[in-house]
Amino acid sequence: MIDLAPSSTSSETELSHRLLESMVRIRMIEEAIAERYSAQQMRCPVHLSIGQEAASAGVCAALRHTDQAMSGHRSHAHYLAKGGNLRAMIAELYGRETGCCKGRGGSMHLVDVDAGFVGAVPIVGSTIPIATGLAFADRLLRRDRVTVAFLGEAATEEGVFHESANFASLHQLPIVYVCENNLYSVYSPLEVRQPAHREVFEVAAGHGIRSRQIDGNDPLAVYHLMKESVAYARSGEGPVFLELKTYRWREHCGPGFDNHIGYRTEAEYQAWRERDAVASTERRLRDAGAYDEERIDRHREHVEGEIIEAFAAAQRAPFPAGSTLMNHVYSEGSHP
Amino acid sequence: MSRELTYADAIRDGFAVAMERDPRVLLMGLGVPDPKGFFGTTVGLQQQFGTERVMDMPCAENGMTGVVLGAALNGLRPVINHQRLDFALLAMDPVCTQAAKWNYMFGGATKMPVVFRMILGRGWGQGPQHSQCLHSWFAHIPGLKVVMPTTPYDAKGLLIASIEDDNPVVFIEHRWLHHIKGEVPEGHYTVPIGPARLARAGTDVTIVAFSYMVLEALEAAQRLDSLGVSAEVIDARGLRPLDREAIAASVQKTGRLVVADTGWGTAGMSAEVIAVASETSFRSLKSAPRRVCFPECPTPTGPSLAAEFYPRSGHIVAAVRETLDWAPEPSDWLMPAGIELDKPNPAFTGPF
Repeated sequence: MIDLAPSSTSSETELSHRLLESMVRIRMIEEAIAERYSAQQMRCPVHLSIGQEAASAGVCAALRHTDQAMSGHRSHAHYLAKGGNLRAMIAELYGRETGCCKGRGGSMHLVDVDAGFVGAVPIVGSTIPIATGLAFADRLLRRDRVTVAFLGEAATEEGVFHESANFASLHQLPIVYVCENNLYSVYSPLEVRQPAHREVFEVAAGHGIRSRQIDGNDPLAVYHLMKESVAYARSGEGPVFLELKTYRWREHCGPGFDNHIGYRTEAEYQAWRERDAVASTERRLRDAGAYDEERIDRHREHVEGEIIEAFAAAQRAPFPAGSTLMNHVYSEGSHP
Repeated sequence: MSRELTYADAIRDGFAVAMERDPRVLLMGLGVPDPKGFFGTTVGLQQQFGTERVMDMPCAENGMTGVVLGAALNGLRPVINHQRLDFALLAMDPVCTQAAKWNYMFGGATKMPVVFRMILGRGWGQGPQHSQCLHSWFAHIPGLKVVMPTTPYDAKGLLIASIEDDNPVVFIEHRWLHHIKGEVPEGHYTVPIGPARLARAGTDVTIVAFSYMVLEALEAAQRLDSLGVSAEVIDARGLRPLDREAIAASVQKTGRLVVADTGWGTAGMSAEVIAVASETSFRSLKSAPRRVCFPECPTPTGPSLAAEFYPRSGHIVAAVRETLDWAPEPSDWLMPAGIELDKPNPAFTGPF
């Protein structure tokens, strides 16, 4: 099922470079947002994905363009990795008419239907049943498509997660629940929310779902596990739940850092910084003598150009006119 | 060809017509294919359309309401059925925060053609948690459409219109309407979502009524006739959009307004109707509008308290007297002999 076999050194090297490029692009875009946020032109909450890029890169590299994904409040990386339009995302953060939601959504409501990113919403858990419904319709309509529901570990505490998992298991739906366990729900640590003697992925196993736990900061491992999981779901075997252990570097919401407020320790943060997926992927390639530094440098230059262009376009773009306030409340043509 | 059907059979007929016409239409809900067929409204549909299109579901109102939203995004036109509106309250996030918002917040990129079907009621001990009339809640939410048909004709026509609408529609039935009979055409037709129905023309007072209370209002209008008062009865049918023009036109004609709702008054549809009359027709009003609603307490179960709780035609007659500045008449409140207030019809023997 894995088209880039681990035994093939050259294909594994190529894959590592592609995953590295994907992670670097996400990180550079997120850092660009952080740098410019204080200008107060992006007038919406932002939940940055820095530190968690490997999950999005590894998961989405294993998907087809036609496969679908949904996410929650921290969705920039998922949107970008799935192929969401960068310019439309940045314009949306700036509240412009050219944004992916025409300036009505902001950072917490990304969508790019053409890229298969069908929507992200900031109510924890709310897209889990909706994503399950996407897969349910695909099953009924006999479509060859897999859906990914991106969720955080706190969403597994919501009732809708269990209701969705039960239904997906009952009907063997083609869906992969990708749970990024970053240990905190805002500032509430996992140990005050879930029992220490039970791992997060085990709750999905209780619903009869194939469940796995993996280092979410190892993009290659995530890719290979996801590739196998997507093949399993696509073949009609049923849903899969993946717990990817990872860590958010920046503050829960906003461009800065929040270790100083006292909900987590600097030591814990530094330990996770040591496990930086971008640096470790580079290091692994260097150690193997396979790192194509020039390629990655070129990629960084290219992304820098994309970023400059996307931010400039967003700032040039018009705001939606006040006269369009009432547009889209109802789907066109059917509201009397 | 038209024939006489019960409201429940009209709903079933509406489903069959819509499903025959569009293979994307899907019915889901706890008990939809069960032997009792959802108060008779889904009998035989699974046999006709198969287990994939008429399906039971886990006891998970919240999650399954979310699931049908996703199914709608990917091309189906689902109807999710809740045997009690109370059960649908477990699904307020998918209905109010998701379905109502997606088209707007994604700038028109996504649409969710879903029908949320809910049933409310009164009597026979349904009590505090099996008959809550909270239809007004849904009417408060931009992005939803909300309808409450009263006649079998409207039940079928509005059901098909709701299924064919590209927006999320909350379709609310009153349990005490299921047995009533009326002319229902065969085949496909729709009743547009929005316009009210003139249930009875009159000149002295306007009674705007919702769902089952339309029947009580029509009975009140007959009693008012004998008092020499000509009452106009408007069946609101639509809660969102509400037919402001029909309310305004009638109030401007009669100059008096009574609103009869099958629910609580505070912050409810009756308040909205009076607001519409005040905003559009203030100078036409000859007297202060009156409301006939539930008392501001939860619904009691036992029959003696339920008799105090549920408004009926006499309450509407009394309210009309007030708008005419007439003295109260205690006989308005007398129960006519032989009426059992907690039964929808004489044939009803329970248990639900």
